Amino acid sequence: MSILINKDTKIITQGITGKTGQFHTEKCQEYANGKNCFVAGVNPKKAGESIFGIPIYGSVKEAAAQTGATVSVIYVPPPGAAAAIWEAVEADLDLVVCITEGIPVRDMLVVRNKMLRKEAAGGKKTLLLGPNCPGLITPDEVKIGIMPGHIHRKGRIGVVSRSGTLTYEAVGQLTEIGLGQSSAVGTGGDPINGLKHIDIMRLFNDDPETDAVIMIGEIGGPDEADAAVWCKANMKKPIVGFIAGVTAPAGKRMGHAGALISGGADTADAKLAIMEECGFTVTRDPSEMGKLIKALI
Amino acid sequence: MKIHEYQGKELLKKFGVVVPRGVFCQSVDDAVKAAESLGGKVWVVKAQIHAGGRGKGGGVKVAKSLDEVRQFADQILGMQLVTHQTGPAGQKVRRLLIEEGADIRKEYYVAALTDRTTQKVAMMASSEGGMDIEEVAHKTPEKILKVFIDPVDGLSDEQAAQLANGIGVPAESVDRAVAALKGLYTCYMETDASLAEINPLILEGNGNIKAIDAKFNFDSNSLYRQPEIVAYRDLDEEDPDELEASKFDLSYISLDGNIGCLVNGAGLAMATMDTIKLFGAEPANFLDVGGGATTEKVTEAFQIMLRNPKVKGILVNIFGGIMRCDTIATGVVAAARVTHLSVPLVVRMKGTNEDIGKKILSDSGLPIITADSMAEAATKIVAAVS
Repeated sequence: MSILINKDTKIITQGITGKTGQFHTEKCQEYANGKNCFVAGVNPKKAGESIFGIPIYGSVKEAAAQTGATVSVIYVPPPGAAAAIWEAVEADLDLVVCITEGIPVRDMLVVRNKMLRKEAAGGKKTLLLGPNCPGLITPDEVKIGIMPGHIHRKGRIGVVSRSGTLTYEAVGQLTEIGLGQSSAVGTGGDPINGLKHIDIMRLFNDDPETDAVIMIGEIGGPDEADAAVWCKANMKKPIVGFIAGVTAPAGKRMGHAGALISGGADTADAKLAIMEECGFTVTRDPSEMGKLIKALI
Repeated sequence: MKIHEYQGKELLKKFGVVVPRGVFCQSVDDAVKAAESLGGKVWVVKAQIHAGGRGKGGGVKVAKSLDEVRQFADQILGMQLVTHQTGPAGQKVRRLLIEEGADIRKEYYVAALTDRTTQKVAMMASSEGGMDIEEVAHKTPEKILKVFIDPVDGLSDEQAAQLANGIGVPAESVDRAVAALKGLYTCYMETDASLAEINPLILEGNGNIKAIDAKFNFDSNSLYRQPEIVAYRDLDEEDPDELEASKFDLSYISLDGNIGCLVNGAGLAMATMDTIKLFGAEPANFLDVGGGATTEKVTEAFQIMLRNPKVKGILVNIFGGIMRCDTIATGVVAAARVTHLSVPLVVRMKGTNEDIGKKILSDSGLPIITADSMAEAATKIVAAVS
């Protein structure tokens, strides 16, 4: 198994005809079962055409109806990205992965609240991963997003992080010492997003093919602390934890819009402390995440 | 992005929040003229810098005569104003706001910000205005009231009244406080702010509610659709190196240490800084070259790092994904040549085309030290500079 996606997942690409969408769609198609997984693209102006052999539809709803796809990935530029998320939610997809970086926070606030209202009114719950995230991968099955496929190897360690390159760092270390990954998930660097660390930890906990998890976080916001508290009470698998930004000054946005210390509780030191209290094996040396996991299993 | 108080008050006024009459000026003579045109017997001379804590630092003075206005304006204009937010060097005062005096009976605190936990807009209010709100939150958290607003609905009259009553606004002024809160909320949303704070919001003897200060922060993702806010940008208040870096789409923040670092990805960049510290040195900067680094971008990044005289060594840490290690290696070699690099350089590269990248570095004939892991890279650069 794996979490969220596997070799049978059928995926729609929103923004498939843009430069970024084209580049990554080709890479995703080349990876493992990608040729069979990426079944549709969306662009109202190019409906009826195709790209890399993938048919383009006028809307997400139509693409889903025609192909049976349940997941979408979004490369739409920031001004239209929140509307693209909403279109996928209205089409009742299971999961939307939004890669786009730089979406106005207000747009995300509005779309997240619309999603919550839809669920509260009894509508289908669509999961959102991102925005501003690398996506997710189940090695040797399917990759949805911008991560380099070749560094991954199939296995039994879960990886979750907000940051892209820090996820690759953890995956690279695991692969190098002979440990594969069940799934690797990037939740994204924005302050208002969908799936959080706690949600991914729940999924890894329930996945019979995940034995242990590397959880990576960074400064800003309550996500890592929330996940740690949940793990203390519920997680049955060993966890290695790392938080980036011990040296980050307060009040400065460190690249990611969400990586901003705004109080005493969201510093790297505070998060490392609560993770340790909650039973994580924490490290301040990101070079040893892989080694520590190996020692735990 | 931050703006000045006088600009924040212009925005608030536009959205119906009452602010004192005031004039922005840049010379002592203009300050006196401003006071004359405002009339009255009391004026406030306020330094305009982006940092908070101006009053404590001597940047806000109450003048009781035009002579005092002249005296204070002369003192404040051009001073290096040091506050808890400026750092020890302080910030030079180039702009003043001259305002009419206010008849302050009570000071409140109100603010709007985005709450990550609830994914709503939080409106906060407190009866303890005029003080450092973080201190209030720490010592008497029960004195800070919060309501959470679904942006699809907006702030309701009931929610605003709940805050106004909760902080003890007298009954006859509650409507005026509600109007101020609603104005603040609308202003926050319409301008794509990430923080809008009025501290203090005051009650005057005549029952009026007025914003005496205004602090704004804006979501940089939204600036493309906020030309009026962008026009408020004051480059004098920004770090020149960070500004230069932003022109090349590089995310750069200067820090106090002596090891420059160049990394791809914000998370990995922070982790690299932390590793430098863990192995005994301090990072001189945060620098994320992003996913699409070119030779030009890498060269520019080196130049920006090297402009900092404290830099005694450079650590490059790249995890090649979509961006290939050979591209970065070519950029690093070119940058080292163009800048006549004279400080030690350690390069750690992993991922796509790692071997080609390493060969480019070793074939260059430059004294580049290579490393396999982040820990090894940090150990080597720390050893090289000490």
